[in-house]
Amino acid sequence: MEHGTTATVAQTAGYLLFIPLLPLIGALLLGANAYFGNRLPKILVSLVGCGTILLSLCLAINVFVDLQGLPESERVLEDSLYTWIKAGDDVQLTDGTLVKGGTFSVDVGFLADPLSSVMMLVVCGVGFLIHVYSTGYMAHDPGYSRFFCYLNLFTFAMLLLVMGNNIFVLFVGWEGVGFCSYALISFWYKEMPNAWAGMKAFVVNRIGDFGFIIGFMLLFWSLGSQGVWTMNFRELAANAHLLAGMQWGGINVVTLIALFMFVGASGKSAQIPLYVWLPDAMAGPTPVSALIHAATMVTAGVYMIGRMNFLYSMSPFALSVVATVGVCTALFAATIGLAQNDIKKVLAYSTVSQLGYMFLAMGVGAFSAGIFHLMTHAFFKGLLFLGAGSVIHAMSNEQDMRKMGGLWKMIPWTYGTFLVATIAICGIWPFAGFFSKDEILWKAWESGHHLHWLLGFIAAGLTAFYMVRLMSLTFWGKNRSTEEQKQHLHESPWNMIAPLVILAVLAFGGGWLGVPEALGGNNRFHHWLAPVMGGHGEAHVTALPADDTDGHHDAAAAENAHNAEAEAHPAPAPHAEEVQAGGHGSHTVERMFALASVALALFAAVFGYWIHVRRRDIAEKAASFLGGIPHRLLLNKYYVDEIYNSAVVQNLLRTTRLMSNFDKYIVDGIVNGMAVLTRATATINGFIDKLFVDGAVNLVGNAIIAGGNRIRRLQTGQIQQYLYVLGAGVTIIVIVGLFIL
Amino acid sequence: MIGLTHYLVVAAVLFVLGLLTVVSRRNTIAILMGVELMLNAGSLNFVAFNRFAPGFPSAFDGQIFSLFIIVLAAAEAAVALAIIFAFYKINRTVDADAANSLMH
Repeated sequence: MEHGTTATVAQTAGYLLFIPLLPLIGALLLGANAYFGNRLPKILVSLVGCGTILLSLCLAINVFVDLQGLPESERVLEDSLYTWIKAGDDVQLTDGTLVKGGTFSVDVGFLADPLSSVMMLVVCGVGFLIHVYSTGYMAHDPGYSRFFCYLNLFTFAMLLLVMGNNIFVLFVGWEGVGFCSYALISFWYKEMPNAWAGMKAFVVNRIGDFGFIIGFMLLFWSLGSQGVWTMNFRELAANAHLLAGMQWGGINVVTLIALFMFVGASGKSAQIPLYVWLPDAMAGPTPVSALIHAATMVTAGVYMIGRMNFLYSMSPFALSVVATVGVCTALFAATIGLAQNDIKKVLAYSTVSQLGYMFLAMGVGAFSAGIFHLMTHAFFKGLLFLGAGSVIHAMSNEQDMRKMGGLWKMIPWTYGTFLVATIAICGIWPFAGFFSKDEILWKAWESGHHLHWLLGFIAAGLTAFYMVRLMSLTFWGKNRSTEEQKQHLHESPWNMIAPLVILAVLAFGGGWLGVPEALGGNNRFHHWLAPVMGGHGEAHVTALPADDTDGHHDAAAAENAHNAEAEAHPAPAPHAEEVQAGGHGSHTVERMFALASVALALFAAVFGYWIHVRRRDIAEKAASFLGGIPHRLLLNKYYVDEIYNSAVVQNLLRTTRLMSNFDKYIVDGIVNGMAVLTRATATINGFIDKLFVDGAVNLVGNAIIAGGNRIRRLQTGQIQQYLYVLGAGVTIIVIVGLFIL
Repeated sequence: MIGLTHYLVVAAVLFVLGLLTVVSRRNTIAILMGVELMLNAGSLNFVAFNRFAPGFPSAFDGQIFSLFIIVLAAAEAAVALAIIFAFYKINRTVDADAANSLMH
């Protein structure tokens, strides 16, 4: 870093490598076991599969403790394994100075800061619980070892993603989780729809990844043109200010980079327009849906934007795009969730919707609120999926909610934990979802995004409604299952129940980490993330003048440090409150908004219960409202898949076919024509060669043979003949000699 | 008076007869007889030239030559007859044309 600002030197931890390495070792072992015909006993497979994640979890907790032991501004641990890429030679900068070689290097390095430590804990913690759950859920599957191999590989890739200290390592993890997602969606690959779903997820993700690649290459290039060649996050953060005011084709470069990266995020995190793969991804085993398609992988986009918050803070336009896409997705997916009948599909659309909330948080600059929701969502959505898996398990693989009902008596543990998660996702105090979701909505309002707030608010009501609908159809009311299913109906084994209970505790209490000041907490979660999220964990993108921001944040950070030290005193100084509120609203207003959200959620929940359990006729009437068109629209997911199919996929296929035909008939035609021409020339050449060249050679040979044949007749071997000729010759010589000479 | 020319003519006739016999006959014994005729024609020439040479009778080189030729002819006849006899034992014929196994 000869030219740019050097990031502060981080301490090394030394053991960060082992956090992703352990799951990789597990994956290799289990993969080898699966490849060589499952020789290991099942108990050993389970031990390796869960044990490696547990060890990683312990290390992640250790990282967390280590970080807490450091002063707030120095909470960064960075381990560099080796230099992966080293490039660049002497560079002539625009101002004429010469930078000597080796300007760019990428390490295989791991970063542990407050943000990645949260992600590590979520990935390892929820991941471990889901691994344990899988030992029960997949117990009778012939691909048991293969399944755990993929799960471990996924955990490895996800840890790489959240721990990488530069974009390249993040990208390796990014692609790795994409592959594992593909492999796990298509886990039961013998059935075609599963294979198709995997391919769909992969292809849609590729579209997003393409945008992501363009985004970070553009970042690399534009920062490089300022003399700073780096991919390291901390160096990027320290030098991002160099990009301010850079234009490219009349567009702000930062905006361009942020938008391209957001394309990647929206692919990975299932946002409009690239969300279509996630509902189909439910074809995979349910623990996979819980781990990859609810708790961890789909939040990679949110994490990435959180990691790049310094960049997004510089581009209000990109932020508003993120917020708008997020809230539209939240609302859009929530409406689809209203009418789905497959229990996992409802949860899938719910996930899309909740991810929309996270992007809304990112978009209004409340980065740490987004990460907070990411965490609580991992708890309650992981729990919901695992609970759904338990239901499906109990119902002999039935996923249609219309054939369930009244299950609460039969599977009480599943029911209880599911209920906790439902209350949490509905956002009812004091469950986890309340704190995170409400904070997002409040930040949206506070930062002046009133329309976004309204849409998010409606989506929150819809969330409560469809979740209670799910509860009503599944657990309450009359049982509608077949006699055979009833006979097999059973509670899941302990190794499936235990993770449910632990997750239920987290879904209940996880929100208390981030109780806002308005509700008497001191928002520890935000203070924890503050060093990464730029001062206060949120960028005041709307109102404050730019000059004021830095000083303001420094003051806020100082106050935060003060608060963190004085945790015993829950009430912060009034001056600090004034500074943190930033003049956008008071705590009374925030409390009113919270009350309104809870009231809405309660109302929607009670209404949902009433029409789905008490008065089913109303629900049926609602379904046939306006000739059933709205219901059918929702049931068929607004026909988005069909629209994509006819608008994009078919055109793409048509173009491809056109290209193929062009290749087949024109390109191949030219090639084949050349070949035919060559062959014809060669034939003529061959003919000439045979006739003339060979002819001349053969002629000589034949002449010699013919001559030889003639001449050899002279040599008869009969001495008498020779004598005769000899006598004749002598006679002639004598006659000539005597008479002529 | 019989002179040298008479002898030479007889010798030439003898030689030509022998040569014709050798050339035209297929029977190897007849060929051998032709060879003998030509040898005799030769020795007749030697004797005739010796008789009419200036140093006669003290010089008799020609007579000596003819004696050698007679001995040679006898030896030759013995060897040739032995070959012919061996040849006959293999081929059951004395036809010269049958002696062609080196040709092919």
